[in-house]
Amino acid sequence: MSATMTDQATQSAGFGGLSARSSAELNQTARISIRNLDFFYGTNKALKSINMDYPEKQVTGMIGPSGCGKSTLLRVLNRMYSLYPGQRATGEVLMDGNNIIADDVDMNALRSKVGMVFQKPTPFPMTIYENIAFGIRLHEKLNRAQMDERIEWALTRAAIWGEVKDRLNTSAMGLSGGQQQRLCIARTIAVRPEVILFDEPTSALDPISTLKIEELIDELKRDFTIAIVTHNMQQAARCADQVAFFYLGELIEVAPAAQLFTAPKEQKTQEYITGRFG
Amino acid sequence: MSATTQPALAPAKNAAVAARLGRSRKRGDMMARSLSLLATSIGLIFLTSILVTLFYKGFNAMNLSVFTEVTRPPGSNGGLLNAIVGSLIQVALGTAIGTPIGMLVGTYLAEYARGSAFGGMVRFVSDILLSAPSILIGLFVYSLLVLPFGGFSGWAGVAALAIIIIPIVVRTTEDMLSLIPNTLREAVIGLGSPKWKMIVLVCWRSAISGIITGVLLGIARIAGETAPLLFTSLGNNAWSTDLTQPLPSLPITIYSYAGSPFQDWIELAWAGALVITLAVLGLNIAARSLFSGKK
Repeated sequence: MSATMTDQATQSAGFGGLSARSSAELNQTARISIRNLDFFYGTNKALKSINMDYPEKQVTGMIGPSGCGKSTLLRVLNRMYSLYPGQRATGEVLMDGNNIIADDVDMNALRSKVGMVFQKPTPFPMTIYENIAFGIRLHEKLNRAQMDERIEWALTRAAIWGEVKDRLNTSAMGLSGGQQQRLCIARTIAVRPEVILFDEPTSALDPISTLKIEELIDELKRDFTIAIVTHNMQQAARCADQVAFFYLGELIEVAPAAQLFTAPKEQKTQEYITGRFG
Repeated sequence: MSATTQPALAPAKNAAVAARLGRSRKRGDMMARSLSLLATSIGLIFLTSILVTLFYKGFNAMNLSVFTEVTRPPGSNGGLLNAIVGSLIQVALGTAIGTPIGMLVGTYLAEYARGSAFGGMVRFVSDILLSAPSILIGLFVYSLLVLPFGGFSGWAGVAALAIIIIPIVVRTTEDMLSLIPNTLREAVIGLGSPKWKMIVLVCWRSAISGIITGVLLGIARIAGETAPLLFTSLGNNAWSTDLTQPLPSLPITIYSYAGSPFQDWIELAWAGALVITLAVLGLNIAARSLFSGKK
């Protein structure tokens, strides 16, 4: 585990300081680039001039004390905040050259490319099969065989196929918390997004389920760009290639995980990761 | 007593004072308990006596011809068939018209108008309608559908019952949808779902047992309504299922038969009252078991 992490750390070493970033020399492209992002809850400014990149097919961990803005930033990336009047973002969030926080963005299409897994498992009140099929049907027309195949693929990728394959037509509400969360991950990847956002995905789960989800995230980054908000610094260290530390709405530091946790550049980061506040 | 020597501790209890306080607490408890018991038993006595009388007289008057014969002049062995069928038609149509409207309004309030001033106004008006005297609704429909169209009609009765059931369904729909956690909504939206699909495919499905419960309670309420039918469908002593004409109904038949001087009519009124009571009781039990079974 630590060996792979150092590999990835050296691979993405250039992603550390904002000034040092250069996609070209790393042969790594940024999947999402954030430029001068401000976010407001009404008149309250919750994010202040954020600049950072989410490297493609890597895991970016987002840490910081409660209320620092990390979840807010995550909810910018799929425009979830647009559900609520009074919340708005200014600046640029670039994905495929488009500013996804512009007013004219097709949010349903965006959300099919940027999936989200929530803190609490949120199974829909229907069967396991229908839970997965729901998202697929929103964006694609598949025949029965293709649908079955896609559902098996998604459940397999989410490491839950073996546990549910004999009960696909039973209610998803009967699964355990950890199973429900993996079902939600399967539901998200079934839509075949490019980016997956995890909002504290294990904070409601027991240690075994947490471990399974973490292994899953590690496995999923082969195909997906991943952003994960976590309160747990060990989790960030275990899962993330790049870690961003937020404090009071500002991005204090973003660096490869190994570097941020061993040799942070900023005093505040140092204090936070050594447990002096937060 | 020991307070002076050990200032850190509170002074020891005075046993005599504590005992006195304890006795007075017990007296207070006894008084409150007997008053509530008294109030409960007064309520229960009235309720039981109503039910016992109803069941006694109702069952005595009950026979097959109640359900097979239409209303007839006194002394000619009539039944209540036309009234029962008329009631079924009006309640069914009133529910069929009122439920979708009520569900859509409740959905609007819970999903689209949260925190908006207009939504607050709609909610307020709906709540007033919920407690409005039903005779007012009858008079409203009378001036809207009876006077301009030249006569009492079944449709007017249907409209009055629909207006009564709408705010009930609005209230339960909104309440049930409000119970759904926002994270579930965000999970649906997060998959790229438009809002209307989220509402129809997930929110309604989550809330459906509660909404059906509300509809059943609404049906129970309108099934026994008399006042709004007096000015609208009027009642009819002959067999009729024509909604453009005055239509018979059980509550109105009970109302006119119970006040008549004829013994067999009065007995039929008791039988009709028992039929309605049993139907309402059945609906309530169904609503309860549906709601608790699903939770």
